[in-house]
Formats: sequence, structure tokens, C-alpha cells
Amino acid sequence: MVNGLNLLFQFLDSFAFIVLAAAGLAIIFGIMGVINLAHGEFIMLGAYATTLANIQYGLPLPAAMAAGVVVTALFGLVVERVIISGWLPNAISQFALGRDIIEPLYDRLADSMVATWGLSLVMVQGVRILYGNSLDQIGTPLGNIAYSGFSYSTYRVSLAGVAVAVLFVTFLVFRYTEYGMRARATIQDEDTARAMGVDTERTYVTTFAIGSGLAGLTGALYAPTITMVPGLGSSFLVEAFVAVVVGGPSVVLGTTLAGGLLGSINAVFSNIYGTFFGRIALLVTAIVMIRFLPEGITGFVERVRKRRQEGA
Amino acid sequence: MAAETDADAGPLDRLVGWFDRRVGRFEGPNTVGNSLRFWVLFFLGAVALALGPVLFGPYWAFQSSLFLVYAFLGLSLSVVWGYTGVLSFGQVVFFGVAGYTFGVVSVNFQTPLGITGGFAAGVLGGALMAAVLGYFMFYGGVRNVYVTIITLVSTLVLHTFMAQTAGDEWTIGEAALGGFNGMPTIPNLALGVEGAALTFTDVTFYYFVLILLLATYLGLRALVNSDYGRVMVAIREDEDRTRMFGYDVKRVKLAVFTLGGALAGVSGVLNATLNNYMSPGVFELTFASLPVIWVSVGGRKSLLGALVATLGVEFLRFSLTGELAFIIVGALLLVFILGLPGGIVPWVDETLLPWLKRTVGSRRPSAAATPAEESD
Repeated sequence: MVNGLNLLFQFLDSFAFIVLAAAGLAIIFGIMGVINLAHGEFIMLGAYATTLANIQYGLPLPAAMAAGVVVTALFGLVVERVIISGWLPNAISQFALGRDIIEPLYDRLADSMVATWGLSLVMVQGVRILYGNSLDQIGTPLGNIAYSGFSYSTYRVSLAGVAVAVLFVTFLVFRYTEYGMRARATIQDEDTARAMGVDTERTYVTTFAIGSGLAGLTGALYAPTITMVPGLGSSFLVEAFVAVVVGGPSVVLGTTLAGGLLGSINAVFSNIYGTFFGRIALLVTAIVMIRFLPEGITGFVERVRKRRQEGA
Repeated sequence: MAAETDADAGPLDRLVGWFDRRVGRFEGPNTVGNSLRFWVLFFLGAVALALGPVLFGPYWAFQSSLFLVYAFLGLSLSVVWGYTGVLSFGQVVFFGVAGYTFGVVSVNFQTPLGITGGFAAGVLGGALMAAVLGYFMFYGGVRNVYVTIITLVSTLVLHTFMAQTAGDEWTIGEAALGGFNGMPTIPNLALGVEGAALTFTDVTFYYFVLILLLATYLGLRALVNSDYGRVMVAIREDEDRTRMFGYDVKRVKLAVFTLGGALAGVSGVLNATLNNYMSPGVFELTFASLPVIWVSVGGRKSLLGALVATLGVEFLRFSLTGELAFIIVGALLLVFILGLPGGIVPWVDETLLPWLKRTVGSRRPSAAATPAEESD
């Protein structure tokens, strides 16, 4: 029997999961044209930092979560400078050889995927060596909502609120801040933006750090609810990927729509046929969606709008 | 003096001419190694590989067979990604489907004929899977990175699906798919019919795979240097322009993708029969990424690169069974994609060898020139 309330909670849960997992990836992909296959490992880093700060260093949970976000954002900053832009290796080789050795990975989709995949292998194994195969877990706060024989974790459901807040703040940042304006200019036409005095290099660094920070936030938020193993990132990566592809190029709108669509499909199928089929339904939906809307939902919306304008 | 050298080189020239005609179709702008020296080295390499079991024994042959088996998977991605520009993260889909198909058929029909049929069915299964997925993608207008993502997602779908096949309803005839526990008791490879069959184990299996691999490599060299290969490369370089010239880009991509599926299928069948085992582990992201690693390290636009790097990286990974294995493999990948985006083999061919030639070549004249300089 499908229980309406249970279905709603399940929807909120998967919506939050998909949106939070995808937000950082979507921002980096949308602005820099870089696909960060280590995104799942960035989330893992945020979760590990939060858990360690809370359990080993005794910080209260909110402070530990903030620490997780900061650590991941700083890590992202370093990764951008060393790997994505190759700034540090190039500075060294300029000094030693008098020439650059690395071409930045901006807008080189396949290469950025392969390189960040290498990074993710190193990160998973590095964490395994440093902290072993698992870590003690923080207890889930806030208790359960119980109703007529069912119960659902309050914390997980309330993450839907956080997801909406994240989307809203991202929208505000891109719409109203100076950084947002520079970022949009960089997306539209990098060369012109640079000619107009936008420091695109700095936009990229900031973007990557923000995207990483969002991954860290996701990890920090989910740290109390998941088993802390080095490979935990892969479960986030899949959902994130699927959401970004289904959503399309527009970051905020695409992630919201994809989260809504995929979240409801996942909720309905999980409810009727079980978790396995929920996941398979989600993945199959993604494949079918790409087949019919290769540029995602927002790409399709954009195309329709253009056609209307031309018609008018 | 000139006449003397001509007379000396006469038979040699004739030999080279004969050789060029033989080898011509395996050479061209799309492959590394278009010289007599390369073919001599290639032959020596093949002899060295063939001598391996004699020198190191059957256990070595058993271990090394796995690397050779993986080489088919590496070659399949090199053809699809390196030559046609379609980055598939899903070669393991065809690898796995072929392995499972072979498993189901061969467990049900444990006779040489049944196993031979299983081999064919496995390869066909891989190719068919690739054809269906490829048709869906290429004729649906899916391009570039979205192809990568669909193939990646297909891998995950199969992983999720195969992992839940533990129940009794997932038993096909005698063969239980077995969920996470996998499918044991897949028989050894045998080819032929009852009475006249060859069974391959350890050393014989090694030789079978080695011969098949060398033949596949040469066949693919002939393919990529043919007119069809030129069209493939044209699609990689500029898809729209190739379509504008009147080539059916979608059909070529589908054909190459299907061929890649068949090759990955060969790899999958051989892997299943070598280990006598299949499990959903082959659809894991870590395994799915290995072909991309091999091909990136070796040089994706080079079949030889895929071949050499698959053997090299897998040997390295096998030797470093410790905790550091994946750190080193990941770091390798990073260093190569950043520092040498073309891969090792093209780098050796285009940079190292000319540099060596220049340095060695310049030393000889300079040695002769030294007295002259002194006299100045």
C-alpha cells in the first residue's frame, strides 16, 4: 500500500539528496566546463572532516560542519591551483625550464574527467591509509517523526529545507553579487569578458572553491546519516551526475527541476518496488531523458523560448 | 664507392621492397611504428612474450594471461575513443554482458561445442549490447560528454541490476546469476566439437590469447589505416565537417561502437573463462575507469599505446598489491593527462626518438668536426 505521507517524506529526502549532491558539481561544470569526477570524494572529505572534528576534537556538531565546509573549500582551492589550472606546476617549471608544462583543464571535458578521476583514486586510497576502512559515526540528531506505524528521520526530511536554501542562496549570489556577474560574463564569452577587465582566472578559482565548499557542505550534512567509509563518495557522484545531465546547463533552475523530477521518480518506485528498483528507475530515466533532451531540461526550455522569440 | 654500396644493398632493397608490400596495409599515418625497425622490434617483443611460459612456468602464464585478456579491453577503448572520439566509460558493460552470457551458455552446455557456442554468444552479446546502446545514443543525437555520461550511467545500472540477482528467479537453466556472490564454476575455454576439441588451460590458454591478441592488433592496424579508418579519424577531428563532406557519421560511429563492444566482449569472455567466475564487480566504477587509465597513459590515439600501457599498468598494479597501488595508479593518471596528454607511446615516437637521433647523430659529426675546430 502506498502511504501518502511516507511518499512525501521519501520525496523530500531524495530531492534533498539529489540537489545537495549535484549543486557543487553543477556550478563547476556550468561555469568552468570542468567535470569533476572527484566530486564524490570532495563530499567524502567534508563528511570525514566533520566527523573527525566532532568526535576527535570535540567540536559541537554545527561548528564541526562549518569546519568540514571550510576544509573542503580550501582543499578545492589547492586542487584548482595545482591540477585544474596547473598554476603551481607551471610556476615551478617557468622557474626551472622557462616554459609551462601544463595546459589548464578549462573546457577540456574529457581530459578534466580523466584527471579528476585520477585524483579521486588517490583521495579514496589516501583516506583509507590514513584513517582505515571505516570511522565512528556521529549519531543522527533530531530523532524521528512517527506516524501510524511508520517513522521517518526528522533530520533527513529537514535537509530538504537546507537544499532549498542552498538553491536560493546560489540564485542570489549569481543574480546580485559582483562575483555572480563576472561568472555569468565568463560563461557567456570568456575572451570578451577578459577584454572587459574581468579576471577570469580569479573567477575560476573562486568558482572551484565555492563548488568544493558546497560538496563539503553536502558531506557535512550527511555525515551523521551515512556509514563513514572511504568509498562513500561514489553513491553521491552518481546522483549528482544524473541530476546535472538531466538538469542541463542552467545551474539553479536545472538542479531544481532535475531534483524535483528525479526525486519523485525515485520516491514512487522505491515506495512500490523497493530501493533497488527506485535506483534503477532513476538511472533509466536519466538515460531516456538524455536521449530525448540531449541538453537537459533547461536546454530544452531555452530552445523553446528562442523559437518563440524568432516566431514573434 | 657509390656503386659498391648499391651492389651491397641490392638484395636488401629487394627484401625491404617485399616487406613493404606485405606490411603496407598495416602502416599509415594513424599508427605509430612505420619502419622496418619497428617490425623487427615488434617481432622480438612477440617472441619474448611467447618465451615467457617457457622461462617462468605455468603460474606466470596464468597470471600474465589476465593482462593479455585486458589488452583487448584497452584496444576496444582505443578504437572507440582514440580513433573515433567517442569517450565511452562503459566498455566494461560489454565486457560484463559478454562474460555473463558466456557463463550462462557454457554452464548449461558443458561440452566443447557448448563452450564454443558460448564464446560466440558472449562476443555477439557484447556487440549487440553496444549496437543497441549505440543506436539509442548516436541516432538520438547524443554527443560529446553526454555519451560518456550515458555509458557511465549504463555501467551503474548494470551494477545495481546484477547485484540484486541473488534470488532463485535469476537462475537460467543450470546457471544461477548469484547476485553479489557472482557466478562460480564457469568452465575452461574449449573450442571445437566432441571428439575433436581443444581445451585451453594455463599455458595453452596463454598462447591462445597471445595469438588472438597479436592478430587483433594487426587487424585493427589494418582497419585504422584503411579508408574507413581515415573517416573514423576525421570524425574524431571534426564531426560536423565530416558530415558536411557527405559521410554518414552516425552509421560510422555506431559501427565502430559495435566493433568496440565485440572486442570488449572477447575480453569479457576470456576473463570469465580464465577466472572461472563472474561477479557484478566488473561493473564497478573503479573497474570501469581502468580502460580509460590504460588508454590515457599509453596514448589514446595509438593502438600500440593501448596495448603497451594495458600490459604495463596492470603489471604495475599487480606487483604493487599493497595499499599504495591505487595511489600510484591515480597519480600516474594525473601526471600523464596533465604533462603528456598524448600518452607515452606517441611521446616516445614524436619527441624522444627524434631527440635521441639528433643527439646521437650530432655526436658523430661533431667528433669528426672537433679536429677541424681545433685547427681553426
